[in-house]
Amino acid sequence: MGRYVIRRLLQMIPVFIGATLLIFLMVNVMGDPIAGLCGDRACDPATKAQLEKEFGLDKPVLQQYLTYMGNVFTGDFGTAFNGQKVTELMASAFPVTIRLTIVAILFEIIVGITLGVITGLRRGRPIDTTVLLLTLVVISIPTFVTGLLLQLLLGVEWGWISPAVSTEAPFSELIVPGLVLASVSLAYVTRLTRTSIAENRRADYVRTAIAKGLPRRRVITRHLLRNSLIPVVTFIGADIGSLMGGAIVTERIFNIHGVGFQIYQGIVRQNTQTVVGFVTILVLVFLLVNLIVDLLYAVLDPRIRYA
Amino acid sequence: MRGATHAKWAAGAVAVALAATACGGGSDSGGGGGGGDGSGVVRSSWGDPQNPLEPANTNEVQGGKVLDMIFRGLKRYDPKTGEAKDMLAEKIDTSDSQNFTITVKDGWTFSNGEKVTAKSFVDAWNYGASLKNNQKNAYFFGQIDGYDKVHPDSGSQSAQTLSGLKVTGERTFTVKLNQKFSLWPDTLGYAAFAPLPKAFFDDHDAWVKKPVGNGPYTVQSYQKGSQMSLRKWDKYPGDDKAQNGGVDLKVYTDNNTAYTDLTAGNLDLVDDVPASQLKNVKADLGDRYINTPAGILQTLAFPFYDPAWNKADSDKVRKGLSMAINRKQITETIFQNTRTPATDWTSPVLGEKGGYKPGLCGKYCDYNPTEAKKLVKEGGGIPGGQVQLGYNADTGSHKEWVDAVCNSINNALDNDKACVGSPTGTFADFRNKITQKKMKGPFRAGWQMDYPLIQNFLQPLYYTNASSNDGHWSNKQFDKLIDEANAESDTTAAIKKFQEAEGVVRDNMAAITLWYQNGSAGYSDKVSNVALNPFSVPVYNEIKVN
Repeated sequence: MGRYVIRRLLQMIPVFIGATLLIFLMVNVMGDPIAGLCGDRACDPATKAQLEKEFGLDKPVLQQYLTYMGNVFTGDFGTAFNGQKVTELMASAFPVTIRLTIVAILFEIIVGITLGVITGLRRGRPIDTTVLLLTLVVISIPTFVTGLLLQLLLGVEWGWISPAVSTEAPFSELIVPGLVLASVSLAYVTRLTRTSIAENRRADYVRTAIAKGLPRRRVITRHLLRNSLIPVVTFIGADIGSLMGGAIVTERIFNIHGVGFQIYQGIVRQNTQTVVGFVTILVLVFLLVNLIVDLLYAVLDPRIRYA
Repeated sequence: MRGATHAKWAAGAVAVALAATACGGGSDSGGGGGGGDGSGVVRSSWGDPQNPLEPANTNEVQGGKVLDMIFRGLKRYDPKTGEAKDMLAEKIDTSDSQNFTITVKDGWTFSNGEKVTAKSFVDAWNYGASLKNNQKNAYFFGQIDGYDKVHPDSGSQSAQTLSGLKVTGERTFTVKLNQKFSLWPDTLGYAAFAPLPKAFFDDHDAWVKKPVGNGPYTVQSYQKGSQMSLRKWDKYPGDDKAQNGGVDLKVYTDNNTAYTDLTAGNLDLVDDVPASQLKNVKADLGDRYINTPAGILQTLAFPFYDPAWNKADSDKVRKGLSMAINRKQITETIFQNTRTPATDWTSPVLGEKGGYKPGLCGKYCDYNPTEAKKLVKEGGGIPGGQVQLGYNADTGSHKEWVDAVCNSINNALDNDKACVGSPTGTFADFRNKITQKKMKGPFRAGWQMDYPLIQNFLQPLYYTNASSNDGHWSNKQFDKLIDEANAESDTTAAIKKFQEAEGVVRDNMAAITLWYQNGSAGYSDKVSNVALNPFSVPVYNEIKVN
């Protein structure tokens, strides 16, 4: 197992370098970031040259990349155009987004898997059909529609929640945004669990367990659910990364100052340092979560072994 | 059992993650409270400032808003009329419109107790002008003698301070300009000319984290990118004291969310009503919606560096295009009357005394398809057969009106290929194309005034090689008239000269003037006495919390 983990960690290096290089090049291709800094007016040439020097933009792109990566390894992610260290931006944005992601994932796990188990065990019954229809509706409605609708109903019409999340963004305010963020994935988790449970219900080991006279509850949680969860865990694992990076829409609607907001601002202002910095961290999160998911397989199904 | 231990470990990890991120919750620092005694706090929407908050480095509205609350300069623009009035200036004397002697009023201090002296101004201006400080508004000091030494166009600076600035006493200093400019004192209300305390120079990083100024408010706390809390400064010596206890500026990721928060009662003031909500705003807010003129003009500039657009008869094509645009219809349907069709190249906020002259454009700004077609034909037709109207697609919903303008042109010229929108992805890239002279056709050129002077609507935009002359238009007669106007010591005569110069812009149609932009704001029933100044920034210190 140790060798497997080390091999996987080593594999991350080329992926990491490739991903950051691509992002770096893409942001650079978009044009000269200094041009947008002075508003509807050209920066005077001297200030422009000075700023370019300060941000290292006067060097060739590849050299910029190498310097940048060198700095990243010492923990220096550069400075955003508003004079703030990118690490400071991260320190304020990541906890918020992580909290939002946790809320979303919890919704997926608790609601999604429960609904999946219930429908999987009651295939063809009214409850199964209802949930299937509901998930279909959720999947077909874009996130921003769900978000704006909930914001309008719960926030403005009924006044149950505040339509905008405050600066501190505590868990209690993130419940509705988290639900919105999770909605589509939640529907997928339900459907995945349902199919998996329905399939495994007829498996030999379930029949054996029932024949042994084990209580129904134990058969479902220990035998049936555990084996059925493998595809679901894969999905949820991959989802953690995409939820963090893809929260832009939800964060904009509910005024959450998280990673999505920072990346959006970085792109609009063409702030290479911010965009590359945040994406770098996201790439790392993605890779690590995938590793953890792979390791979890062994927990769920002891037959899976890593050399 | 093997599986169980793994499961426990996983559960433990989740618990740790939860605990690690659970901190930082805390209470929501809600505003409100106080009541009618002037101690209530106004909760207002804000956008994340693009640049660090330094007076000479802030060139956009969001940062300017804060500077307007925490700083007072030598002059201040009247929030209603835009007129430049003495603030910290006791007197500004000149005999030749080039050498000025400035006396600073007694009794003013910064909120940290330090006295505001002549040196506070001179040091701040030297800092702002110096190339090594990268201040984006450095060009504001360009008229002061010695600017080319501290801020050369290329290479390194050969002087640290402006030779035109001299401190002559605790409260007096002299300014020597590099040419005559009679209206120069009226530019001193701009934030870049604010005085700075010693703390700014001693510990710059700390100052930027929590700016200290001499205005009616002090910064209580500042979390970059999310919120700034400003509180009334009780010892403020000016007569424009804050009528409320303070202002909480909250950064919103989207102005739609801010508007929603206003309708839900969690916010008191939104100074940027999103275009998509303009239809509902009357129903939602009633007379708590403000729609007043601001010193912003939208124009179309032309690439005069492209020979095809700069032929002898090209002015006829430009005039023809101007006449092909149905300004009235577009401002009504696309902008819901938050824009007013323009008939000159300045802004109504100047007032007719200040140089605004409605109708100066004459027939060239009237929609007239027949005449438009005729003029374009006489001018040799549209260069390349098609107008590619440039704009940036990322902000400001420019696409909608650009498409409308093109439709109008196409209809007028009976040619559905006469005009197409030519979007550029980001604002930065758009600016980049403009500065590198890569525009293929006319392009949008918004202008937000720095100070309410007719000079500011003409010189930076149309003077040869001026800082915002994006089309690189050049006209000797125009330049001459501007120079003469600046040298004129009598204000009325100066404004007349400026208007003559504006006539040259019209006769050449150096840029098509489109519409004057209004500032739009909405507020809750918890506050009153809300107004926008000519810069479309709320007059925060006059807002009362009910």
